[in-house]
Amino acid sequence: MATQNTISRKSDMSGQEYQWGFVTDIETDLAPRGLSEDIVRLISSKKGEPEWMLEWRLKAYRHWVKLNDAESEPEWANVKYPKIDYQDIYYYAAPKSVTEAPKSLDDVDPEMLATFEKLGIPLQERAKLAGIAVDAVFDSVSVATTFEKQLGELGIIFCSFSEAVKNHPDLVKKYLGSVVPYTDNFFASLNAAVFSDGSFAYIPPGVRCPIELMTYFRINTADTGQFERTLIIADEGAYVSYLEGCTAPFRKTHQLHAAVVELVALDDSEIKYSTIQNWFPGTPEGEGGVFNFVTKRGRADKNAKISWTQVETGSAITWKYPSVILKGDNSVGEFFSVALTNNYQQADTGTKMIHIGKNTKSTIVAKGISAGHGNNTYRGQVQIMPGAENAVNHTQCDSLLIGDKCGAHTVPYIEVRNPTARLEHEASTSKVSDEQLFYLRARGLSEEEAHHMIITGWSREVFQELPFEFALEANQLLKVSLEGAVG
Amino acid sequence: MLEIKNLRVSVLDIDDSEILKGIDLTVKTGEVHAIMGPNGSGKSTLANVLMGRTEYVITEGDILYDGESIIDLLPEKRAHLGMFLAFQYPAEIPGVRPWQFLKAALDAKADSRGEEKMSIRDFSKLFDEKVEAVGINPQLVKRSLNEGFSGGEKKRNEMLQLEVLQPELAILDETDSGLDVDALRIVAHGVNSMRSPERSFIIVTHYQRLLNYIKPDVVHILVEGKIVKTGGPELALDVEKDGYKQYTSVGASA
Ligand SMILES: Nc1ncnc2c1ncn2[C@@H]1O[C@H](COP(=O)(O)OP(=O)(O)O)[C@@H](O)[C@H]1O
Ligand SMILES: [Mg+2]
Repeated sequence: MATQNTISRKSDMSGQEYQWGFVTDIETDLAPRGLSEDIVRLISSKKGEPEWMLEWRLKAYRHWVKLNDAESEPEWANVKYPKIDYQDIYYYAAPKSVTEAPKSLDDVDPEMLATFEKLGIPLQERAKLAGIAVDAVFDSVSVATTFEKQLGELGIIFCSFSEAVKNHPDLVKKYLGSVVPYTDNFFASLNAAVFSDGSFAYIPPGVRCPIELMTYFRINTADTGQFERTLIIADEGAYVSYLEGCTAPFRKTHQLHAAVVELVALDDSEIKYSTIQNWFPGTPEGEGGVFNFVTKRGRADKNAKISWTQVETGSAITWKYPSVILKGDNSVGEFFSVALTNNYQQADTGTKMIHIGKNTKSTIVAKGISAGHGNNTYRGQVQIMPGAENAVNHTQCDSLLIGDKCGAHTVPYIEVRNPTARLEHEASTSKVSDEQLFYLRARGLSEEEAHHMIITGWSREVFQELPFEFALEANQLLKVSLEGAVG
Repeated sequence: MLEIKNLRVSVLDIDDSEILKGIDLTVKTGEVHAIMGPNGSGKSTLANVLMGRTEYVITEGDILYDGESIIDLLPEKRAHLGMFLAFQYPAEIPGVRPWQFLKAALDAKADSRGEEKMSIRDFSKLFDEKVEAVGINPQLVKRSLNEGFSGGEKKRNEMLQLEVLQPELAILDETDSGLDVDALRIVAHGVNSMRSPERSFIIVTHYQRLLNYIKPDVVHILVEGKIVKTGGPELALDVEKDGYKQYTSVGASA
């Protein structure tokens, strides 16, 4: 275990602009604050769920109560936050106009469409132009899913989680909780009990999904928790690229986001999952912001591949470890991450690669950028099980420091139970040097432009894993997130 | 074009670190000046101070560009005015493509002058042309800026930038060092073809070798932070013959 704490040059950090901090004024259907069995039942009935779904939620709820009574909210992460009062959160908030699920885009509240417009979500025509199918989750309800029909012709199912429960119960029953059981951890149990919506995708055998599937999450209502649940199944030989984006309005109180994502990659299939996480990070003084406590995991069967790419610039606190269980022989897991913390943001993020099958291979490229008082921890686990003959892992952890009040930490755990494994670990800590800055400025770039260019260059290995449009957005986000941190 | 008046420079935050000890130098528009001097005499410091490097402090004197003092201008503003420094040791910037960098530099300059940005198509054409002209391996410019470049490749890359940016005042800091004769010819050809009545050059060099190919109007000898002699091209030949010893305090008293 290595811990790095490196401090660099002097400069005053202040000010961060969050452009997505608008609040949409629409009527909201709120369940009362607090969590109880009744609330779980209410959520389930609001969604008109079948009995088996409610049962599953209740089992999860009871498990969570046990965990909560035992005070087993995870505390090992390198993040600090005041105790969360789980009875002071709204667990269900649906924009009123969509409690009756919209049949088409025309049924969607125009205010909400305007919000998505501001977010730059390629809904409607723009989606078609960009070739992206969007499922937008607003607070907790899936608003509109574009492209459903076109995808349907290929047998691809892409819909909100609620619809999947209604229309594809067999698939949901078979795979729900199969990768992240409701007993997995405190936040995963909480999510299983109260999740209100999310996305569902199923790609049939041998089908290559011709467009990127995309979900855009947004928390709008004050004091709401968002607990979405995503389940993606690539059947044998299928391929899908899935994008996830998130924003939240500017609020001085904290908002809780505890999502679960499960990926199932059956034999010979591939799932590429890209995230741009831009939840509200809090004010420059550290007030408010989203607590982003997320469980993401995939299971890769024989010859399957799961690739996680994430650009994390938002949230007051990020607690997130997208992982791959390399169950099948020759399966491949990848994790590419750029996590940026500025001002008072804290991120404890990384991955777990669990090698079970023979000849399994995993690659980890984790890059952390710290500025202001930001605190960035990479926490990674590579586990080679006894049966994983010839497993290979390559891990690369890079930290970039801007200013002298931020922190970067690297916590790699390695557990090898098969002697044929080959593991490589590289780590570096750097700062933007005066030489580099002067070189770019002497060519006419402002200090801020120079920083931005150096930082995006440094992040290139991760950005190039993103689909093109998303890479542009990530680039822009990085720029905005660093405003005030340099110069 | 450029007037340096009694310039005294120290290293920021280091006591008694004076490097430049009262430099006076005037470069008129269209002139090519060579500054020669032994290692450690302050040539790079002068070049960097001209471009606005903040690790040095000006304790006395002034620098005028087109009659206006520039010592309070940021480096990028000096670049926008038309100044350019070819670095002796260019920084490595991982992940940044030379193409992307140069386009951004050109755009920044156009922006500051209220001019229209060059189209991507025109830029690509210009870029490819210049890459060939300065003899950079085209594979190299697909990689990171200066990262993994050999010394010679870095220098060619500086020439590439010079030729694309077309500055009004170009300062070349030992662009000839470590180059073979072919590369030297390319540098000389670049300078000679850009030489014009509207453009000035300051060519910093340790050896007079480059001056076989570029004929300067004026040669200065910089020793221990002072210009000890100024003359015509023949001065460079004296240095070649007798070295810098004759100008140093040790050499002079010997
Ligand atoms: N940033 C600095 N800090 C300390 N000393 C410096 C610094 N820059 C230059 N010097 C010193 O100033 C002198 C002149 O250096 P330089 O300008 O690089 O010389 P030249 O380019 O003529 O070889 C040298 O003694 C060098 O060590
Ligand atoms: Mg030098």
